[in-house]
Amino acid sequence: MPTHTFKLNGEQVSVDVEDDVRLLWVIRDLLGVTGPKYGCGINVCKACTSHINGRGFNPCSVPVGAIKPTDEVTTIEGLADTAPGGGLHPMQQAWIDNDVAQCGYCQPGQIMAAVAKVKQARAEGRDIDDAVLDEIRNICRCGTYYRIREAIQAGAENM
Amino acid sequence: MLVAAAEIGRQTIFDSVPNASAAALPSEPQTPELYDLLDALRDAARPTANLIQVKVDRDGSVSFELPRSDNGQGIITSTQMIIAEEMGIDPDQVNVTLADARPELVFNQLTGGSNTTFTTFTPIRVAAALAAGRLLDAAAAELGQESSVLTSRGGAIIGQNGESLPFGELTEAAASPVTEAVEVALKPREEFTVIGTSRTKSDARAMVTGKKKFVTDLQVPDALPTVICRAPDLNGSPDDVENLDEVRTMPGVTDVVQVSTGVAVRARTFGQAVDAVNALRVSWEGGTVAGEDDDSVLAQVRGGELPLAVPDVGGNTVEGEFTFYFRSGSPLETNAAIADVREDSAEIWSPCKNPIAAQAEIARKLDMPQSAVTFRVPEGGGSFGRKLFFDAALEAAEVSQEMGKPVKLMWTRADDSRQGRTHPLCTSRVRAVVAGDAVASFELRHTSVATEVNPGLGEPITAAAVKAPLGNLTLSESVFELTQVTPYNFGANTRLLNEVEMGFNTSSTRNIYSPDVATARELMVDKIAEAMGKDPYEFRSEFIKLDRWKNVLDRVAEEADWGKSMPEGTAQGIAFHTEYKGAAAAVVEIDCRPETVNRQIRSARTGPRVTKVTYVVDIGIVVNPRGVKAQMQGGIMDAIGNTLTAGLHLRDGHFVEASWDNYFYTRQWNTPDEIDVIVIEDSEAPEPGGVGEFGVAATSGAIACAYARATGTTPEYFPILHKEPLPFEPYPTVPPIPPSPTDGLEKTT
Repeated sequence: MPTHTFKLNGEQVSVDVEDDVRLLWVIRDLLGVTGPKYGCGINVCKACTSHINGRGFNPCSVPVGAIKPTDEVTTIEGLADTAPGGGLHPMQQAWIDNDVAQCGYCQPGQIMAAVAKVKQARAEGRDIDDAVLDEIRNICRCGTYYRIREAIQAGAENM
Repeated sequence: MLVAAAEIGRQTIFDSVPNASAAALPSEPQTPELYDLLDALRDAARPTANLIQVKVDRDGSVSFELPRSDNGQGIITSTQMIIAEEMGIDPDQVNVTLADARPELVFNQLTGGSNTTFTTFTPIRVAAALAAGRLLDAAAAELGQESSVLTSRGGAIIGQNGESLPFGELTEAAASPVTEAVEVALKPREEFTVIGTSRTKSDARAMVTGKKKFVTDLQVPDALPTVICRAPDLNGSPDDVENLDEVRTMPGVTDVVQVSTGVAVRARTFGQAVDAVNALRVSWEGGTVAGEDDDSVLAQVRGGELPLAVPDVGGNTVEGEFTFYFRSGSPLETNAAIADVREDSAEIWSPCKNPIAAQAEIARKLDMPQSAVTFRVPEGGGSFGRKLFFDAALEAAEVSQEMGKPVKLMWTRADDSRQGRTHPLCTSRVRAVVAGDAVASFELRHTSVATEVNPGLGEPITAAAVKAPLGNLTLSESVFELTQVTPYNFGANTRLLNEVEMGFNTSSTRNIYSPDVATARELMVDKIAEAMGKDPYEFRSEFIKLDRWKNVLDRVAEEADWGKSMPEGTAQGIAFHTEYKGAAAAVVEIDCRPETVNRQIRSARTGPRVTKVTYVVDIGIVVNPRGVKAQMQGGIMDAIGNTLTAGLHLRDGHFVEASWDNYFYTRQWNTPDEIDVIVIEDSEAPEPGGVGEFGVAATSGAIACAYARATGTTPEYFPILHKEPLPFEPYPTVPPIPPSPTDGLEKTT
């Protein structure tokens, strides 16, 4: 069984597992980091959204064999450490300020997607407007979309 | 007289609304106006309502085990608030957890029908007041002062001269060695300082940092990931497996066993369990609806429609018939449970809404006494009614017993979509007779694929028959009778349900009947108004039965600027609904212009867009206004999906939709730009009503009415886009689970 090593939330981790097992299950089932959630397994619901080398991605659709030792994977658990200061990431704080979450199941993915979307829009020179928010594909079955929109705009201001 | 709403300003309408109608023919009170489902559920819980305890420990901490299931409704936070109010402490000082199954509570551990706060409000206050009273008495003895001059504040009892005795120092003296009956005085409503103030959920931080644990996040030793290979047909059962031994040798796989609902695979990771499930070659018995499709089911439902029996009163008849296709009840957290079944005991973890019934049925299945089964209730990832059924817990128990090992069993998304529980296909027929300026009769006949009777819900409903005129109604008919009100003075007014048994897995999906009934009813109300030449709002305000309801309706029209000028292809719609001891009204603005309807987004339903929702709700005493608003917003999102985009298609005995790229629940591109929820804070109602499902019905009706006004076409089926070409290629049913892609690194954002 091959050994895979990569950086997870700032720590170098190693795990023995077959190459084709998707990273989501390596993170959740083998490494016990459970922030990224399963919602579909086919990269449509986005509940597992995390970051790889600073960009948003969905570990349900990446075989662990495709991950390099130098890759830096960040889940919701490691997001706060990517922001300056010792507190929460501004997007997490905006989520609390707007009391976004209902059950909370999709919200780690929502927050990780929001951070990536704001960065992407800024790199493209776009404002965080309704058109940008409409592009977010993460599902929330509790229907918190409206507060998500408010929180992203508030969080983006502090990013 | 208003002719075209679009041409007239709001003020004109308000000035023209009469306070009462001399013409309206009053309708007799309907059952829920006197005794509704909330009353039935509370009465059932009443005998054991006081078997709850607020605990104060030696370290001064206050804790409470809530015998309900929190799937995001926010009842942990509201319960903290209720206890804090009575004890004069901060809600953060109250530790509320979810109780394990407690069979001695009988009907007092069921989370459904939006009844939690209505049922538990007073018993929890009493428990908290009792605890505070004992602490006050203990402090009074200690200080040599009358307890009436002491106050409980911030976790201490404060004496007349400012002495402060922390709860922890008083608990021993406060504890009573014997059970005794004590009278308590509850804090009067006008002295509330916590109840009625907006509070962020107590686990908000845990939810945004990934610390909140759902059942599949729990680490139970040796409970390895387990997935079930399910039949291509709905509810098909396994006959034989061709390659059990081969699959047992696949990477990561530890166990493969045939069970009643399929073939279970336990593996080191869920990914490997899914791969093994897809490699299984299983022959299947046919399902419970083999060969059926949308059309054949609809034909059978139509065959079960009860006749309309309008008295011959003359006048104009206004009629409509509406079809509502299957909708998925799947929350984002799929069905899941952990089971550790031993020789003579079992421990189960699952976010069930009626854990006592689950515990009892699991005990029967395992052939153990109920007391040998410990049933733990973790917080859940959304329910909306789905988790009243405990399919995953029952399966996990069976699989764990078969394998002789602990399992963490999870349904895949395809399982949840195709084999999970659905909102039943149904029709609503309405016939009204307009006689001059009055409505002489309004008859509604709702016909539905049978809803499965919930094992925990049946008994309270049966008991309710003593207090409500339920006669020989079935359980479903009783729920219908206890919930459905036509809120207008429409003369002879009847509402009947008939069901057709068909073998579907059904559940409430944020209510069962009300959103569809409200949609049919409110569309017909618009038709009647049109027949009388009246504005939809003005007509409702004139014919609505109670002042409390009229206030809500008038307020929403005012807040939403009803009747404002809008571009062609867009319109407002208005609707009203009463349930859960409350009143709700919605004004929706919809955009049906081609440039909006034809927006192109991959793997999506776009279609008409609801651009604004104004929602006014009077739900009696409000514990946490912010929580109520959140629930209404969620209900609004459900209404948008249900009405416009989110339907299941049944073909050849199975549902076509296998995942979120097939089933079009509301997404960001369907979300309104503006949502304004107004919670009436000085309600005349003396108690808190129910809020979990209350956002859906009025919004659904208002969306349908807005669509009809924007397009000039009254929709006859829902979701409105149900018969549009599917924007996807259906996934195969064999193998049952769409495999995970491998190109995730090419799709970074």
